[in-house]
Formats: sequence, structure tokens, C-alpha cells
Amino acid sequence: MANVTSTYPARAVRRPFVFRLYRAIIGDLGVAGFLFWLIILIVAAIFFGLPLLWLLLAPSKSDRELLSLSPLAFGSLGGYGQAWANLNTFNKGAITRWAFNSLLYSVSSLLISVLMTLPAGYALATSRFFGRRLILTLTLITMILPGSALVLPLFLEINAVGLVNTPWAVILPSAFFPFGVYLAYIYFAASLPKDLLAAARVDGANEWQLFRFLGFPLARTLLGLLTFLSFTANWNNYFLPFVMLNNTSLYNLPLGLQALITGTSALYPTFATDLPLKRPEAALTGLLMVLPVAIVFLISQRYVISGALAGATKE
Amino acid sequence: MNASGTVRPPARLRIRASHLFVLPYVIFLVLFGVLPGIMALVFSFSKFVGGRPQLFAAGLTNYVTVFSDFRFANAMKNMLNYLIISLPVGVIGVLLLALLLHARPNRFTAVMRTIYFVPGAVAGPAVVLLAIFMFDPNVGPFRDLLHVMGFEKVNDVVRDSRVPLLFTLISFFAGAGGWVAIFFGGLNSISQEIQEAAVMDGCSPPQVAWYIKLPLIRPYIAYMAILSFAGNIQLFAEPQLLARVQGATIGAYWSPNQLSYAFAFTLGNFGAAAALSLLMLAIGLLGAILVVRFTNLFRTDAIAN
Repeated sequence: MANVTSTYPARAVRRPFVFRLYRAIIGDLGVAGFLFWLIILIVAAIFFGLPLLWLLLAPSKSDRELLSLSPLAFGSLGGYGQAWANLNTFNKGAITRWAFNSLLYSVSSLLISVLMTLPAGYALATSRFFGRRLILTLTLITMILPGSALVLPLFLEINAVGLVNTPWAVILPSAFFPFGVYLAYIYFAASLPKDLLAAARVDGANEWQLFRFLGFPLARTLLGLLTFLSFTANWNNYFLPFVMLNNTSLYNLPLGLQALITGTSALYPTFATDLPLKRPEAALTGLLMVLPVAIVFLISQRYVISGALAGATKE
Repeated sequence: MNASGTVRPPARLRIRASHLFVLPYVIFLVLFGVLPGIMALVFSFSKFVGGRPQLFAAGLTNYVTVFSDFRFANAMKNMLNYLIISLPVGVIGVLLLALLLHARPNRFTAVMRTIYFVPGAVAGPAVVLLAIFMFDPNVGPFRDLLHVMGFEKVNDVVRDSRVPLLFTLISFFAGAGGWVAIFFGGLNSISQEIQEAAVMDGCSPPQVAWYIKLPLIRPYIAYMAILSFAGNIQLFAEPQLLARVQGATIGAYWSPNQLSYAFAFTLGNFGAAAALSLLMLAIGLLGAILVVRFTNLFRTDAIAN
């Protein structure tokens, strides 16, 4: 699209291949401009790409190999197994429990939030009722409140009902997902034709039937977007579980990783220890935390952007 | 089909159904959004005795406590030092990458865009872990570069004076790709004709970028500035974890959020913690208002589509 053939006078003669190649690649940027363009993009690719590539390869090496081999060398497949086995010596297989907890918290919050988000967004978009404006306003306000400002009151609230140090302390507050409701609201408002709803009502369909047979089938894209946003946010959730949970067996992966960084000599051999926890084990924990979301990111790049854009144009 | 024109029973039915539809959400909205928000406000004026709140007993004492705490000025200074670097670097870097990518929308740039985007999956402690490895002149993929720059140990790299820069690198790594993608989307929505007309009039690619594309994606830039500002002042995991690893170089009260956490859970002063949280919220809102003012965010004629 940035192909600016129009600036050149039309010629009947076919230009030589080298010339056409030059114009396709360098074109209106000029040689200096093109080099600047290429170098910046490549440097950026190294900056963003190398750390993740390194993280993917690191657990294949032993701690000693991490220092001696080239940073991007591959150790062996057995290295991953060894690192995993070593990791499992920490608190009697705590890593498996943390991974399970991460999954449990993320999926539970996701299910609860989707179950209430879809009908709420649908109702807010399709009918006018008492309190609608108030709900929308409060949703927008809570959307911009930083999570950390609410964490302390949330702690006291959850503490008052005796749920601190239980999975619910993380699952329930995370299931509250105002951005999701807002997204569902604009989605239904834009994609459900008012006439269709009116026609179905005339034909005697009740509100539940309208939602079940008109709204819900239309919500596929929305569902994908909500799943992505809610799951990644919950999977990476750190501050809330950090405050709510102090029993290590309830930790999720972020908290477990934190425990590994601060509570062991995995990264810095500051004190002597019998645990075989070294850099490869720490890297493997990081990889376990990053990989699922990275894969989802790769698959759903388009969804993510449309979701973020939906937020960007909320004015 | 209804005989009585004034009363509309179906409408009333509809209202009841809608209320049922929103009920679960409203319960969560009140419990986990509105109530904690109000509690934070009330607590900031309350006194805590043995963990029990005495509502409104403190007046403004909590705010005075926060302001007069010797760590507060320090934390604010740290945050400011960080913002001064991270905001311009973030906005300009993202803008540059998006414009460069958009100069040639082809398969190569699509791959580049994806490479920039995927680190967005890395968050919280995982970012810090990765950063510790990257800053280590003996381990990471940049170790040769770090050696050339004269660093030998990770402690040489992670110095107090350099912490704002390091945090900027971290946040750019994890956050820039998403914004690049969003800006790119914004650039794609600019009409083809305007750009072609500019080229016809003799604009070079940088001129098209500066005079045509940049003004048209201004709302996205403002949006990013607001959210980055609000996000950057909430720094917690990074200093918290780098502090432990590095021993004394970064204190446990480096950022305002760490201080707020310490007020609550180390000192048991929930009132001061709430006051500080609200203060940060106010600063975030103030930043948003300034950006909106400064960039005429709501001047709708700038939106291309």
C-alpha cells in the first residue's frame, strides 16, 4: 500500500530486474532511510525476541553450562527433565501444586466472570431499566481504579468473612471484571439489531429466550476475547494473591516464582544449601509461567488488538 | 396490540428480566468494586487500634503521617525519576516502531510486529526473573555486550542510580509490543487517499509520518500516555523482587506502593496505607486530566474513521 508507483512517470519499457528489486525493497525510503528502518526494526527484534528465546533454551542446560556454553546454545532435552526433577524437590513437589493452583484460580475466575458478564452486558445493551446508567457509570469508575488501591480494603473485607488464605480470596475478587462487562455492553450494542429484538418480542419470545437464541449465538467473538483477557490477567495475577495467601501450598505460579527468587539460592548462591535449585530451575519456573500465555498471545494477536481498541475508543 | 395505551405491562416485565440479568454482576460490582473503594476512602480518615477501625476517628492524621514519613519523599522521588525516563522512552519508542512498521506493511514487518508483541505475555515476577538473567554479565544473551561495556557482575549493572533506567527497559520489554500493535491498528485506519495525496504533493515518508500519520493517531498516543502513567506509578513487583535479590541496593520502600504495603502489613497502619493508595489514585487521575488537556484528546475531528 505504501507502494508509490504514482510518483514515477509511466513508462512502457520494462525496467531491469535489479531496478525493480531496488524499488520494491528500498523505494521511497532511499538507501540511508532504508538502512535506518532496517537496523531499528532488527535491533528491536533482538531486544524483544532474545530474552524469550533464551528463557526457552535455558532449562535445557545445567547451571554450569549456562555459564560456559553460548547463551543461545541448546543443552539437551534431558536438561528439562533434570531441571523439573530438581524443581520437584522444593517443598515436596510444590511446583506441581502451584501450577495446578494457577490453573484452578484462573479457570474458576474466568468461568464465574463470563457467566455474569454475558447476561449483564446483554441487558445493559438491549434494554433500558432502572439503575442502568448507575451501573454503567460505576463500571467505568471501577475500571480505572488501580487494583492496588483496592487490595487493602479487599483484604479486610475477605478477612472479615474468614476467607483469607483460601482459594476464594483470590477467585472471587478476580472474577469481578468490569472491563469485560463494558466490552460485552459495547459488543452487544453494536452487533444486535434492535429491529430483530423487537420482532422476536412481538412474536412472543421472553427476555431469556432472546438472550439464549439471539444474543448468545452472536457472542462467539466476544467470548474468545473475554476468555483471553480474563485468563491472562488471572494467570499473571501477583499482588492480590500476594496479600491474600500466606500458605505456600495455596500459592500460584507467580507467588511460587517469587518464593523461589527470594527464599532460595536459585539465583544467587548467597547461603549454602542442599537444594539442587539453581538458575535452570528458576528459568524453568519462569518458562512454565510464561509459555501458556505466550502461546495464547501468538494465536490470538488479532483478538487482543481489537479488544484493546474497543477500550481505546470508549469516549 | 395493547388496548390500554398508557400502561405497558410488557415493558415492566422486561425491566424485571433485565434486573435478573444484571443481578450477579451488580453483587460483584458492589462487593469487590464499590465497597472496597468506599472503604479505602473511609479508612484513610480512620484510626486503627489493634487492627480494628475507629471510623473517622483520625481526621487528617493519616495523611499527615504519610506526608511526614521520611520514606515518602524518597519513594515519590524514585517514582518521579522513573517516570521522567519511562514515559518519554515508552511513547517515543512505541511511536517510532509503529511508524517504521507502517512504512512497509508486508510479511517481514508482520513477523516483526509479532516478535515485539509476544513479550506482553511476561508479567510480574517472571519479568523480574528474566530481567535478573538479562542484566547478568555472565549468563544472559547480552553478556558480551555487557562485558564490552565493562560490567562483570550483576551488581555492577543493578545500581541505585541506574534503577529507573533498568525499570524502563523492563516495562518497555513487556509493554511496548501491545501498544505498537494498537498504534499500528490506528495507523491502518487512516484513509489511503490522504497519504497518497501527501506523497503526490512531494512528501517524503518521514514527512508523511510526521505531518499526516502522527496527528491522526493522537488519541491513541494520549490513551497510551494516560494508561502508562497510571500503571507506572503503581510499580510493586519489580522493586520488591529486585530488592531482595540485590540485598541493600534497592530498599523495600522504593516505590509508593511498596510503602503503602509496608504501612498496612508491617506497621499495621491501614489508615495510612489507604491514604497513600488514594493519593496515588489522585495523582493518576491528575495525570490523565493533564494529558487530556494537553493533547486535546476529545477533539473528535482527529479520529480518522
